[in-house]
Amino acid sequence: MDAICVENITKAYGKGQSPAVDGISFSVGAGELFGLIGPDGAGKTTLFRILITLLLPDAGHATVGGLDIVREYQKIRSTVGYMPGKFSLYTDLTVEENLHFFASVFNARVSDNYSLIRDLYEQIKPFKDRRAGKLSGGMKQKLALCCALIHRPTVLFLDEPTTGVDPVSRKEFWDMLGRLRSEGITILVSTPYMDEAARCDRIALIQQGHILSVDTPQGLRAGYPHPLYAVGGAPMPALLQRLAGHPDVVSSYAFGEWAHAAGTTTLGEGVLQAYLRDAGLPEAIVQATDATIEDCFMDLMKRN
Amino acid sequence: MQQLALFIRKEFIHVLRDRRTLLILFGMPVMQILIFGFALSNEVKNARLVVVDHGRDVATTALIARLDASRYFEVDQVALSPKALEAAFRRGDVKVAVVFPARFYERWQHGQEATVQIIADASDPNTANTLTQYVSAIVYDHASEQRGVQAPPYGIRVETRMLYNPQLEGAPNYVPGVMALVLMLVCVMMTAVSIVREKETGTLEVLLVSPFRPVLVIVAKAVPYLLLSLVNVGSILMLSTWALGVPVQGNLFLLLAESVLFITTCLSLGIFISVQTSSQQVAMLISLMGMLLPTILFSGFMFPIENMPVPLQVISNLVPAKWYYIIVKSIMIKGLGFAAVWKETLILAGMTAGWLIISVKRFNIRLA
Repeated sequence: MDAICVENITKAYGKGQSPAVDGISFSVGAGELFGLIGPDGAGKTTLFRILITLLLPDAGHATVGGLDIVREYQKIRSTVGYMPGKFSLYTDLTVEENLHFFASVFNARVSDNYSLIRDLYEQIKPFKDRRAGKLSGGMKQKLALCCALIHRPTVLFLDEPTTGVDPVSRKEFWDMLGRLRSEGITILVSTPYMDEAARCDRIALIQQGHILSVDTPQGLRAGYPHPLYAVGGAPMPALLQRLAGHPDVVSSYAFGEWAHAAGTTTLGEGVLQAYLRDAGLPEAIVQATDATIEDCFMDLMKRN
Repeated sequence: MQQLALFIRKEFIHVLRDRRTLLILFGMPVMQILIFGFALSNEVKNARLVVVDHGRDVATTALIARLDASRYFEVDQVALSPKALEAAFRRGDVKVAVVFPARFYERWQHGQEATVQIIADASDPNTANTLTQYVSAIVYDHASEQRGVQAPPYGIRVETRMLYNPQLEGAPNYVPGVMALVLMLVCVMMTAVSIVREKETGTLEVLLVSPFRPVLVIVAKAVPYLLLSLVNVGSILMLSTWALGVPVQGNLFLLLAESVLFITTCLSLGIFISVQTSSQQVAMLISLMGMLLPTILFSGFMFPIENMPVPLQVISNLVPAKWYYIIVKSIMIKGLGFAAVWKETLILAGMTAGWLIISVKRFNIRLA
């Protein structure tokens, strides 16, 4: 049975407003690590709040753990774990007090499920007597995850857990998610970071309230329809300007230090290199490259 | 149950770790009692009284001695010309003056009318009134003593008795008022802000996604403030008894029970405000503007309700502090029992139930 099943969920804030979530459908299998990838304002948080029963959808149905999100909201609330995008623990309580408090709210004891959070909690344990408000960003998120897990939820909802977190902590955080999945916990996680998408079992790309695609990260990248080239070695503005001028280049954009150029099948590495040399950029380097999630997202966004 | 106990413990931690909250909670009642008790009194003590004595006889000397002995006046005996006296009033050096005419004793003893002139600075009407009353009372006292025990054969004698507060002191009036004011402020504002804070910081969002019942959130929020407010009532009563000399005349336990009821009323009002608002600032503003002002205006503690126009009198019935003020005055100052305050008690209980029911019904189990 699917852990989360979403059918045609629509939600608009106020009449006449364009919907924040518009007819979204997807499902997440039990034990899956499912990523919801999209930019700010795509509707990720709204969708989360609908699924954890904090908002009522205008239309559509959804179940979490087989329970209806409208009728059986109370049952859902006691079985899921939720970590909002905004840090939402008590800043004037210490690390340890927060953990014990959230355990008690779920009628659980910290010792019951300590094995589940041990790896994570050991990292913040040296600061257990510090007030939660005085922790660093990464530590806060680790503590928040501990608090969301302490009652061993069957489905875990993480809304942008790594926003504002340093790269090392982000990696540790995702390592932890991998371990939780192996414990059989279904995880729905949202993130604006495309590089994190690769660590999910499956991802849904979401944009302006619509789902663009649902696939495994590999499947998504393999389905990229164009040959893709990374171009570098020359100043970025000049590169982008020249690339946009080539008739066979479908799209081109800056991607870190490189420009990514997608072309039609007639466009080859050599063709592009020659074109740039003639266009006054002989120092430019052109390499064929595999599409990343971000390339796929850009492509899907353009087509929709 | 254990869940609730832990939740209440958490609320205590919030209160006790926040110095500003603590200061408001415990500093304010003590400050108010002391300020109202010693600084903002409408009693007159040691007012400067100028005596202009043209008589200089036995009677005037005795009267002046009597005025001087009273704790209300500091007598200053100077022979001032009417002009100089007026100038002294203009400068504000003198609040009240007593003028004895020449041959005062003679006129008095020979059955003629002896007059005493009292001149008061009425730019402050209340003080002027009080001072002239004090002076006349002392003069009449003296006159009737000299006349002997036997009353005059004709005429009406007025005998005044000031019940419950024979000295007309200020304290018995404002102690109940300050109690109502402090409890109103502390309970309404603190609970309203503390629940709205959880909305604002997003912790309520996390609490909602849990098996914890919203009603219990409300209960857990209210309990610490109920207990801390009782501590406040205790400290006000102790200050009142020992520092201001206003002890509890009636049943102490009845007074405490009524206080618990009033605190609950205020808490339910605070909860009601918190359910309706979504930011701490708005909650604070509504508590202050919506509660503090009406409490001061309409509780009867500063301005007598009987003197207000009828529409305002009707509005005053909606102010819970008014009823509590009546209850405290009855029990604490008049020493009356429950039979005298059951009606007010019932009104407070009704208000409490009403707000609680609306709050629980309107408590949003979701966001927006």
